Amino acid sequence: MSESRVLIVKIDPEKCQGHARCHALATELFELDEFGNARVRGSGQIPPTLEDRAWIARANCPELAVEIVEQAKAPD
Amino acid sequence: MVVRESDYRVNSPPITSDPPDHRPMRMVLIPPFTPQAVARLEAKARAVCNELIDRFVANGMCDGAVDYAQTIPVLINSQMLGIPAQHGDQFREWITMALQTGVTDEAALRQAEEAIAAYFEVQIKPRRENPGEDLVGFLIAARSPDGEPFSDRQVLGALRLLLVAGIDTTWSAIGSSLWHLATHEQDRARLVAEPESIPTAVEELLRAYAPVTMAREIAKTADIGGCQLREGQMVLLSFPAANRDPGKFPDADKVVIDRKHNPHAAFGLGIHRCIGSNLARMEMVVALQEWLKRIPVFSLDISKPTTWSQGTVRGPRNLPIRIG
Repeated sequence: MSESRVLIVKIDPEKCQGHARCHALATELFELDEFGNARVRGSGQIPPTLEDRAWIARANCPELAVEIVEQAKAPD
Repeated sequence: MVVRESDYRVNSPPITSDPPDHRPMRMVLIPPFTPQAVARLEAKARAVCNELIDRFVANGMCDGAVDYAQTIPVLINSQMLGIPAQHGDQFREWITMALQTGVTDEAALRQAEEAIAAYFEVQIKPRRENPGEDLVGFLIAARSPDGEPFSDRQVLGALRLLLVAGIDTTWSAIGSSLWHLATHEQDRARLVAEPESIPTAVEELLRAYAPVTMAREIAKTADIGGCQLREGQMVLLSFPAANRDPGKFPDADKVVIDRKHNPHAAFGLGIHRCIGSNLARMEMVVALQEWLKRIPVFSLDISKPTTWSQGTVRGPRNLPIRIG
């Protein structure tokens, strides 16, 4: 990935059923609402140090609700 | 696999209801079962596990299913529901009638259902005046999204569901996990040395020994994988088989105690995802952590019979363990 690209994590709220696996595996990236459904913390931009855990969270979602997309970095 | 025509149904919403009826009761029931809510029961679960271990650890042996696994969810659910812990034996009897005898004996199933309903009717009555802090009171005080209280029938159905669904499933999962560790020396030693790996191991034990197979009614005639299913038929959804799908999991039949990619279906998928999944996970993690702390070395006692449940919930019912 080039310097000008970033990875963004997203949750599809239509697919999320509250298994909460993403939150258990990468608490820094995901939080839970009052019904235990997951949402992304902040903008969803994945710091390089958390990339591995973001992919693991994605791989462990039984509903395939976690997506990781590459985006152009916002200009500084 | 088609098991029978749906001539008899136990109505326990929301587990048996379809949209749009499903969501209102589900959303009311969910908050006490989120990870954040369940975390408040963790200290109680640890105390329960240690009290149970205190009773048998000095004997050098125990029945891991009877003396440990089955009692943990009974005591935690009693605490949540706000009913006396000493009623636990009664619950176990009804659950056995409903889920084991009841698989082939319709009269036993009905008798258990009626006994559970009668029990909760007695529990509901005083809470109509004073709901208190427990789950029975919470359901009585709860309102649907349109502001209506739930009917006695709905509250009873939900309570019966929490009792039946929450207990023998979790006891089976804890029991199967202990069976695995009693028969797999390396995995046991690894979790003793690395207790921080226990939550990951619990997911793999759930995958490999998924305790629940769910029965569902076909809502619309369809062809699934070449099998004609007619509206009204009952089918079994085998989560244990899905969890060993070689197309989804490499080495699917092998327990890989630190498996990293594990999107298993032990708690079902979609809108009926097991509402108690976070509670069950907490109980399993705590049960294994406390056991391995106190009993790091143990094995299956093969001089005595290990027995397994019959029916749609799978787990050991007698698990003779030698300690040390």
